[in-house]
Amino acid sequence: MASINELRERIHSGSSEEIVAEYLEKIESSRLNAFITIARESALSRAREIDSNGHDGALAGIPVAIKDNISTAGLLTTCASKILAGYIPPYDAHVIERLKDAGAVIIGKTNMDEFAMGTSTETSFYGATRNPWDLERVPGGSSGGSAAAVAGGEAPLSLGSDTGGSVRCPASFCGVVGLKPTYGVISRYGLISYANSLEQIGPFAANVRDVTALFDVIAGYDARDSTSVKKDVNYSSALKNDVRGLKIGVPGEYFGEGTDETVEKAVWDAIHTLEDLGASWKEVAMPHTKYALAAYYIIAMSEASSNLARFDGMRYGLRTEDSDWHTTFSQVRAAGFGDEVKRRILLGTYALSAGYHDKYYLKALKVRTLIKQDFERAFKDVDVLITPTMPYPAFRLGEKIGDPLSLYLADVDTVPINLAGVPSVSVPCGFSERLPIGMQIIGKHFDEATILRTAYTFEENTDFHTRQPEGF
Amino acid sequence: MIAKKDLEHMAWLSRLELSDNDKEKYTPKLNSVLDYFGELDRVDTEGVEPTYHVLALSNVFREDEVNMPGKSLTQDEALSNAPKKQDGFFKAPRMM
Repeated sequence: MASINELRERIHSGSSEEIVAEYLEKIESSRLNAFITIARESALSRAREIDSNGHDGALAGIPVAIKDNISTAGLLTTCASKILAGYIPPYDAHVIERLKDAGAVIIGKTNMDEFAMGTSTETSFYGATRNPWDLERVPGGSSGGSAAAVAGGEAPLSLGSDTGGSVRCPASFCGVVGLKPTYGVISRYGLISYANSLEQIGPFAANVRDVTALFDVIAGYDARDSTSVKKDVNYSSALKNDVRGLKIGVPGEYFGEGTDETVEKAVWDAIHTLEDLGASWKEVAMPHTKYALAAYYIIAMSEASSNLARFDGMRYGLRTEDSDWHTTFSQVRAAGFGDEVKRRILLGTYALSAGYHDKYYLKALKVRTLIKQDFERAFKDVDVLITPTMPYPAFRLGEKIGDPLSLYLADVDTVPINLAGVPSVSVPCGFSERLPIGMQIIGKHFDEATILRTAYTFEENTDFHTRQPEGF
Repeated sequence: MIAKKDLEHMAWLSRLELSDNDKEKYTPKLNSVLDYFGELDRVDTEGVEPTYHVLALSNVFREDEVNMPGKSLTQDEALSNAPKKQDGFFKAPRMM
């Protein structure tokens, strides 16, 4: 897999057009179904423009794939849902403006779970994405297309979104690097909302340096997102091969029942590798972790039931035959949403409804406070926390999709991070036979620099990130 | 426990038409998730404040003027994805 630096050199001595054309051919002949829309013409024309006029941006001429819930002006954006079939956004998301300013070439929109609701990319209206390490297995989700595209060599960089693990889970299952930044670091302007108090856009790449380069381009203040934070940091300058003196916390709650032995061993081996490089570790207690999953799903579904009220067939998307006001909306939504989206809207409506609001929604928000306090306590003593990203490697297509609760339980190690709003990166740290395993490195609010440095140091001293799936 | 009539009420509140088959299919799945949510009853949250938002943000105000001149959508752009429109308006279904 080519790094950004290698691509830059090739663009310098050859052309962006040549590179973009190579990636497009790979996508078009792929069995992964990682893309919903391939932007062949606009990508090639942008590449030619950069070749002839020159561009001094950080990503000049480099192809980037975008999750299909991020608005791209003039380019189909569906959230992998039938209800947005044919929707062409009239404006760019903030991250897309940033990418274009940096000279990046948008090569297509990637597959995902419908409205980012899932852990396997199987709920897409456009069919499941496959894992390049084993085509019979899921790539993880909900940003499965973005992770599979990078792992399968169909894009050097991609963007996903992470509400409860949707960047880190597929990064882990596909053996690539994925970052969920601190809440507020990247503008959500133009990200189609699922659960807006939890979600952040996040970058994918084959290595930590490239993830960080992409993060540097898309992070930063934007007045159009009222939760955007005014901070300007250059994260690439924090990448040093040095963890001497770093204090690692290991919360036993994240290695609980249901964690695969191979995953547990790989993550502990990684912790010991960092110890050999000069870091120290200690166990920390995060006693409310076991309640995070229930609190997360109540909050996410409640926010979803409100956010998805906008899909009514009036301003965009699917419209069924008109009847009276309420019947028309009910029929548009019945025809346009898939089963999982409907179930989450129904449960979210239930959790917010009169008589149940305090029992479910308010209770979940209070538990969220306790979980946040677990992190605050742990970070008084340590610099980073290390856990498995997922309790097991990629599961089989169809294995869990019939039982929503069993699929939700897969998110046990990723959702607490979104509840607390802290940053976290997943990096490859081993293999279970031929399936990749991801290690999750969690940091304090706004301390991406330390988790990225830890990930970079691990990567510089190991070779898990250099392995590639056979045939890709 | 969500009974059939609760489900029908939720479906009405969320404007989702459900077939009888949907209702039958969804009820056990929704109830198994709801059972799981019941775990939270075991947490003592006496005196704990709810966290609506992870960062201590305050209201963000701006002047009451066109936000970004030239960057707002034109009428044509705003209507460009509307499945039904008439005379420069979104066309809604009839009220009754």
